[in-house]
Amino acid sequence: MPSNEEVFEKVKDALVDALGVDDDEVTPEATMVGDLGAESIDFLDIVFRLEKAFEIEIPRSELFPDDVLTSEEYVQDGKVTAAGLEQLKTRMPFADLSKFEENPVVQEFGNMLTVDDLCRYISGKLAS
Amino acid sequence: MRWFWIDRFLEFESGRRAVAVKNVSLSEEYLSECALAMPLMPRSLILEGLAQTGGLLVGETSGFRDRVILAKFGRAVFHDYARPGDQLIYEAQVQDIKPSGSIVSTTARVEQRLLAEAQIVFAHLDDRFAGVELFDPAMFLGNLRSYGLFEVGKNADGSPLEVPPYMLAAENQLAHEETGYTVS
Repeated sequence: MPSNEEVFEKVKDALVDALGVDDDEVTPEATMVGDLGAESIDFLDIVFRLEKAFEIEIPRSELFPDDVLTSEEYVQDGKVTAAGLEQLKTRMPFADLSKFEENPVVQEFGNMLTVDDLCRYISGKLAS
Repeated sequence: MRWFWIDRFLEFESGRRAVAVKNVSLSEEYLSECALAMPLMPRSLILEGLAQTGGLLVGETSGFRDRVILAKFGRAVFHDYARPGDQLIYEAQVQDIKPSGSIVSTTARVEQRLLAEAQIVFAHLDDRFAGVELFDPAMFLGNLRSYGLFEVGKNADGSPLEVPPYMLAAENQLAHEETGYTVS
């Protein structure tokens, strides 16, 4: 089981390769979309690289719960409902959703995920 | 203008690797944009040829049912130029294929000279795009035949690659519409 530092280093390598960013831009608190400039298509590349680096399977729905974010049940007027937020918290225990909860606009969701969230997700997968 | 940036497949091993050839000719229209004394094949078109080689390699694994689209070049490095008279050899190797996408490593060479290396990510359109067909199956099969895919293509077990039945049916249907004859 790799240490948190080892997980971070491998995640960093994957992000540097997939996004063409510099090493020092990849900090734990950097957001994937806002700070590192990841676009939706980059996530496919990132997932491939993480799967290879850690020898794990990453189902898309675990990192990017599109089904919740496009559900009529969980989204109203472009915002995730309270029930939807509960779903997201259950599905994404590794992510800090507190900021998103303040103004849960669906379009902002992609900008919520940080490098640290990604590392926590990977550590959780490795532990299980 | 026909958007074919490979001329023919030389080798094709299902789900593993493909080798295609592209001959560069001074009569090709895009070279008229270059300085007369220094006509060079644009690198973007080399990348397109690599993407077509890799995309068809990936698409074949689902019998061309998956809608495979070029998502991004993860990395592209150029070492040299291609000129009229050059015969480019594009090689694509599958790194990973999943339902949501695939990664392919590619190279472009002229004889032993390495021109370019690129890692390509393809996305496979999911159910949100149900009903969206990227190609007409009969026309697409015509393209694949032009590339000589079924002349050199092999399955993983070494057996010859066969035309997917739905494509054959579409081709027969088209032939029937155009000629009134039915191919048995």
